[in-house]
Amino acid sequence: MTTLPGLVGFDEALETFDPVMGLEVHVELDTATKMFCGCPTGFGAEPNTQVCPVCLGLPGALPVVNGAAVQSAIRIGLALNCSIAPWCRFARKNYFYPDMPKNFQTSQYDEPIAYDGFTEVDVDGDVFRVEIERAHMEEDTGKSLHVGGATGRIHGAVHSLLDYNRAGVPLIEIVTKPIEGAGARAAQVARAYVAHLRELLLSLGVSDVRMEQGSMRCDVNLSLRPVGQQTFGTRTETKNVNSLRSVERAIRFEVSRQAGVLGAGAAIVQETRHFHEDTGETTAGRVKTDAEDYRYFPEPDLTPIEATADWVEELRATLPEAPRVRRARLQQAWGASDLEMRDIVGAGALILVEQTVAAGSSPQAARKWWLSELTRRANETGVDVSELAITPADVAGIQAMVDAGRINDKLARGVFDGVLAGEGTPQEVVAARGLEVVSDDAALGAAVDRAIAASPDVADKIRAGKVAAAGALIGAVMKEMRGQADAGRVRELILSRLT
Amino acid sequence: MSSEDDLTRLSATELAERLAAGDTTSVQATQAHLDRIADVDGNVHAFLHVDVDGALEQADAVDRRRADGELLHPLAGVPIAVKDLLATKGMPTTCGSRMLEGWIPPYDATVVERLRAAGLPILGKTNMDEFAMGSSTEHSAYGPTRNPWDLGRIPGGSGGGSAAAVAAYEAPLAIGTDTGGSIRQPGAVTGTVGVKPTYGGVSRYGLVALASSLDQAGPVTRTVRDAALLHDLIGGHDPRDSTSIDAPVPPVLDALDGDLTGLRVGVVTELGGEGYQPGVRARFEESLELLTKAGAEIVEVSCPSFTKALAAYYLILPSEASSNLARFDAMRFGLRVGPEGVDAPSAEQVMAATRAAGFGSEVKRRIILGTYALSSGYYDAYYGSAQKVRTLISREFDAAFGRTDVLVSPTTPTTAFEFGAKLDDPLAMYLNDVATIPANLAGVPGLSLPIGLADEDGLPSGLQVLAPAMADDRLYRVGSVLERLLEEQWGGPLLGRAPELASSTGVGR
Ligand SMILES: [Zn+2]
Repeated sequence: MTTLPGLVGFDEALETFDPVMGLEVHVELDTATKMFCGCPTGFGAEPNTQVCPVCLGLPGALPVVNGAAVQSAIRIGLALNCSIAPWCRFARKNYFYPDMPKNFQTSQYDEPIAYDGFTEVDVDGDVFRVEIERAHMEEDTGKSLHVGGATGRIHGAVHSLLDYNRAGVPLIEIVTKPIEGAGARAAQVARAYVAHLRELLLSLGVSDVRMEQGSMRCDVNLSLRPVGQQTFGTRTETKNVNSLRSVERAIRFEVSRQAGVLGAGAAIVQETRHFHEDTGETTAGRVKTDAEDYRYFPEPDLTPIEATADWVEELRATLPEAPRVRRARLQQAWGASDLEMRDIVGAGALILVEQTVAAGSSPQAARKWWLSELTRRANETGVDVSELAITPADVAGIQAMVDAGRINDKLARGVFDGVLAGEGTPQEVVAARGLEVVSDDAALGAAVDRAIAASPDVADKIRAGKVAAAGALIGAVMKEMRGQADAGRVRELILSRLT
Repeated sequence: MSSEDDLTRLSATELAERLAAGDTTSVQATQAHLDRIADVDGNVHAFLHVDVDGALEQADAVDRRRADGELLHPLAGVPIAVKDLLATKGMPTTCGSRMLEGWIPPYDATVVERLRAAGLPILGKTNMDEFAMGSSTEHSAYGPTRNPWDLGRIPGGSGGGSAAAVAAYEAPLAIGTDTGGSIRQPGAVTGTVGVKPTYGGVSRYGLVALASSLDQAGPVTRTVRDAALLHDLIGGHDPRDSTSIDAPVPPVLDALDGDLTGLRVGVVTELGGEGYQPGVRARFEESLELLTKAGAEIVEVSCPSFTKALAAYYLILPSEASSNLARFDAMRFGLRVGPEGVDAPSAEQVMAATRAAGFGSEVKRRIILGTYALSSGYYDAYYGSAQKVRTLISREFDAAFGRTDVLVSPTTPTTAFEFGAKLDDPLAMYLNDVATIPANLAGVPGLSLPIGLADEDGLPSGLQVLAPAMADDRLYRVGSVLERLLEEQWGGPLLGRAPELASSTGVGR
């Protein structure tokens, strides 16, 4: 074991070195069936219940391409401004691995379905162009569960269990060209690119893009070169960096580590590295040598895919608005500031807010509920805000009741509680929990009279023109009414009696 | 028992007629063949597995369907043997390898599914060279099949079991698979008929793949008409095989006994002459004369690239095979062997130990060859060049079929050789397929039929007819006429001259 040279601070490293990144993102498509057989693709089923002779690689079984997956691949390619190959083939990537039933992965090699594209990513208000090398189709592997080891890793395990439910699930691998010129913003650019890709894929409706469930996985290639140098340095490939935050951290760590190695006069080893969520560090894995030879050759069990110009144009017509264009349009329509928009996008709530507005809510109210109340609840339960058991229509419905004065903001929170607890629609929750404000003027008037009588000094101040003092009386009335009153109406009643 | 009463001596067509006429039942016919297997297979060893109960059950079922007045396939009730390379639900499928000893597939190959649906009782699974690698069945892990004409000689391969079963009257019909001649070459050396359909003409779903771009299942029979009936039954599009041709194909049965007047028959210079046994050449020349008499016009054609076919084949086949056979890794099915002296072996160690123990030497040879040929740095020189040769061969076929309607050649350079003669010389073994391989590389169909006995050794030799892709009907047009003319000369089928097999009662499996 050689002693590792020390890390160099990220900013310091970037004074001397220029980082060059390459991002490889694997996306599981949410097609109903697998890439080459009719098995379902749902996540979380009992192990080995979504398998058949084809995806188990039984002798004699043959693959048949899932047309829906090809369609998704072409749409992804088009959304990334790629050229679509009019004719392309699958290839076999041969290597032995227990997770992989056939001991080859059916993938694409020198004939990807989509190539030479680009996409524009917003980084703190600036537009950064990321060049796309290729997007190709392949199949996922199964999963191993190592039993008996300390951390679920193979080391120390007494045996391993294999689950082939995931084997054969359609994957698209999107590979960037080397990303240069990001400089000190390298980590932000990488993160923004992955976030952007996520949003793009969501808008295409081709994947649920859940990084935490592995339906989107990221490999980060990184090398450093002295500032001003043209040729690339030796790169490392950090595997399975599976959250936006991790992408940023992995890059920061690798920049610091590689700068330390290079600064000490040593050489970077071309290798695969593993990222550790707990420490934010990467550690060495397999050394990549020339001996790694996948013996690619065209898959003889499948016929070539021909994407006719007509078909491609048909699919192009189905593309949603580009994310940047869409954001700009919504920002203008909503009259939102840059900062507000960034918050909405960052919270993954753009679609939610948009749909809530479409359901009749004001943009301000929609943004308020999703970013404050609901984001907080999502964080508390550790789920994505989009996974909460409440729909944009529900949120718009609650806001409509606020606007009508039937409930106030405080009562609205109770309605959210009820809807999230599965007690029914907002209307049903209001009725069942008795959350409607008291709009009976006689009852309110009596309460106002009692409040005035209880605080004659405050009443005198208001009579003397200090209208701001009404707050204390409003508070008293609201308290008596247990919050179920329209504060505006209470204020009106108080002022009508004292001024 | 006179041969007229012996149901095993009938062609499938004749047996089908008797079944349709109600003169016999499928149970009787199936039992007769099971008896014959019990009687002679101890000597021939055509079968790796005989499914007595299953076959009789299927026979009974089809007899009932017939009794109920159901409209049945012409071959319904005629028993059949299936090469052990095809997956059969509930029946062992070993591919002649230790690797799959005891493996019982949970599904049927499409071909098998079609046989079952048409009501053909499956007698059992036939012997073969391990994973179809060989030309003699000597590479079967379960011992060789013997040629019914001479039990000291090979029955051809890899489908020696299917051909021998048919030649020994153990089955009227069999299914074979042909990657470089594994249906046609055994047909030639056992005096039987074998057809390799156009690539994509018969579904490969459920055929354990040797070389995906070359493999094709087809009929193994005693007559051309029987082959046509079986061909029409197993052929046609299958959505589970992406390489299956999705186009209507005219029934080959309609092509039988057509007129050969004006038919242009090309004799391929490169598939004959030097290296071909004189007796094989003599019978071939006589067949050409018969074709001429029938009105065909014989044309000499040259296909220079065919001389490179063998070399290209032995790069493409091992390359695809090395990848196809990677799945035999002890993880999900088949043999599992732990490495010796290792306490807690890793999955990779178990894979390696299993593959070392489970594969025979010829399989290992080809896996190593293919792995090498696909390696980066060698790919272009080997696999890439072989694919170029393949393209050239296809073009030469196209050119030849521009001038001719069919091509013909001896099916094999020699008659059946003795066991062990070529076992130590793989290259000599590979040369058996020199005439049959070009058809697989180009995907065109080929039929081999018996054309007589070689003078030197009194053993059968065969002629192969090749036709353009999708023109399988031409094989049958030429084959059926030539068969009729030859049998008129012989005064009956060639197999009638085969020696009677001694009973091996008590040794049968
Ligand atoms: Zn499946």
